[in-house]
Amino acid sequence: MEVRSRDYRERARHIIEDTPDVREAVTAATITFVENRSKAFADLDAEALSRWAEQVKSHALTHLGDYLEEAEARLVERGVHVHWAETASDVHQIFKSIVRENDVQKVVKAKSMLSEELALNPFLESCGVEVFETDLGEYIIQLLGEPPSHIVGPSIHKSLEDTRVLFHERLGTPRDASPERLAAAARDLLRGQFLTADLGVSGGNFLVAETGSIALIENEGNIRLSTSVPRIHVALVGIEKVLPRWTDLPTFLQITSKSATGQPVGTFVSIIQGPGGAAGGEPDGPEEVHVVLVDNGRTRLLADPEVWEALRCVRCGACLNICPVYRQTGGHAYGYVYSGPIGAITNPGLVGLEETWPLPFASTACGACKDVCPVRIPIPDLLHVWRRRAVERGLTSPEEASVLRLWASAATRARLFGWAENLAALVPDWALRRLPMLREWTAGREPPRAAGQTFRERWDEGIE
Amino acid sequence: MRVSLFVTCLGDRFFADAAADAVRLLRSLDVDVDFPPNQTCCGQPAWNAGHVPEALDMATHTAAVFADSDYVVLPSGSCTAMLRHTYPRLLDSPELAERSYELAEFIVDVLKVIEIGRGLEGRQIAYHHGCHALRELGVEQQPVRLLESAGARVVPWEMDQECCGFGGLFSVKTPEVSVAMADRKLDTLPDVQTVVSADGGCLLQLEGRARRRRMPIRFRSLASTLWEARRGST
Repeated sequence: MEVRSRDYRERARHIIEDTPDVREAVTAATITFVENRSKAFADLDAEALSRWAEQVKSHALTHLGDYLEEAEARLVERGVHVHWAETASDVHQIFKSIVRENDVQKVVKAKSMLSEELALNPFLESCGVEVFETDLGEYIIQLLGEPPSHIVGPSIHKSLEDTRVLFHERLGTPRDASPERLAAAARDLLRGQFLTADLGVSGGNFLVAETGSIALIENEGNIRLSTSVPRIHVALVGIEKVLPRWTDLPTFLQITSKSATGQPVGTFVSIIQGPGGAAGGEPDGPEEVHVVLVDNGRTRLLADPEVWEALRCVRCGACLNICPVYRQTGGHAYGYVYSGPIGAITNPGLVGLEETWPLPFASTACGACKDVCPVRIPIPDLLHVWRRRAVERGLTSPEEASVLRLWASAATRARLFGWAENLAALVPDWALRRLPMLREWTAGREPPRAAGQTFRERWDEGIE
Repeated sequence: MRVSLFVTCLGDRFFADAAADAVRLLRSLDVDVDFPPNQTCCGQPAWNAGHVPEALDMATHTAAVFADSDYVVLPSGSCTAMLRHTYPRLLDSPELAERSYELAEFIVDVLKVIEIGRGLEGRQIAYHHGCHALRELGVEQQPVRLLESAGARVVPWEMDQECCGFGGLFSVKTPEVSVAMADRKLDTLPDVQTVVSADGGCLLQLEGRARRRRMPIRFRSLASTLWEARRGST
């Protein structure tokens, strides 16, 4: 996916000012997610669970090569084709040969954020393949030609009304159709695609090394269908998704679901271990199963001692839901696949700080994300690392750097500081409104009213 | 007991009344307050913006200014969090962190005082929890208990723990999002005339936005509100 994060502020402004419904839709949905999440953890020791999960994921990441090879060996034993892909174009080549060898005409796709990184749909379409997103939210945004706006709820920025209009125009449903009617319309259309697709594509929430199992969480049944009905199934799995043991899985399934939507666990959990009918393998399933282990920048992130912890992420979206900055715009402002706090710390690692440097600054450092992360990623600290690097690499505004240097040199000389404070108080209101930074402040807010005297002046006169 | 007031840069310029009230309040609680004159800014704006050398200079300066203080008390949750959480990393010493307290935190946790007076009898107040006081210092109950024990009713506010959108330079670098965040706070306010907070930045943000929207709400610092609570009965 093309990276468009450098104009974060412009994109955010546009969404807030020109499409105010987005803010309303995202805020309403995320508040519901947050409430459900806190109910789901109400009777549990969330901290103990997160400490355990942190330790398991950190262990897996620091022994990644071993566990990936273990997973590969188990999968190969059961007849799975395992591919290693370093870049998006490696993944494209793998798909190209699968498509060619099997004369694939139609693909049904389960939701996969990794596939967005890889721009898989445009690639498949360029090979003449018809692609259907089968998650309802993904299907909605596919019809609209938009990228996902949220890790878990891709069409979170759309209201029911938006979908009514869209489905009325595209699927012929009544203009005032109920949500059930809309879902049924998508279901009718997609059911036919499941039955006629040659290839199903999915992601993978977890890959268990010990057993070579891919676990997928969902609520709609479309992942189950995408991975079992077509003759071939290809699972795209980011290399950071590995868990060491089978017994790690149940708890991870639960904390991911609870953190994401507040459900005890997703309505459907699919465990995929190989093609159907192979000797010693699964009794049924697709004839051919491929697992593509994708790097796409992850090894580089893992090797970075200051930010590698971002790779513990289980993509639950809890940090997006609680983030008051994310809530104002939804995900499109961020200009790349991952949005919200996790996007702001992950995207610079995956695609480079030069292209994404405004994202770590798209935060007030309020710290709400840190409290809800089920794998204890120190998000505010990681945001700060990227901010510091953006400054060190000269990506941020030189004016800001000059102002802060002046500020620091005044602040280490108390007399100069007091003098500067008084000088600032003399600037008239009309001039304040034209100064950079203050201009930005006063566009939506009244300027602060400075008291007549500073405190230090009052102290010198004596406080009664 | 001797306490050094760290007024903070925002406090010095924009909340001089509040800082003076903090001094009066502490004195009335038998605390001997001094004001090291060389104090300036804790460095948080530079730190948050990623300018580490500048933040380090200001932290070093501040640590020297307060080197001899028994306690450092700040009428600001955010600057206290800077001293408590960031200074140990920046300066490689937890020394100042261990002596630094936000005002309400100091009164409740160190002075062990909750009943400061009844001067807020019958008042309806919405309390905005500054993010750093709440999440970095764990200061949640202290200000509310002080206000309630002074007779105020702290009215439930669904967004009382959500960020106001200030975020230091965030407010001017991403002003549209910042203002939208302030609007969310203001749009969910319960029916009160007064909003109180321990953080000057949050007050400037919320008040600046409310005034632009011509909302008839009064924004008060926690320090002045607590002094009012105390003075009303002394």
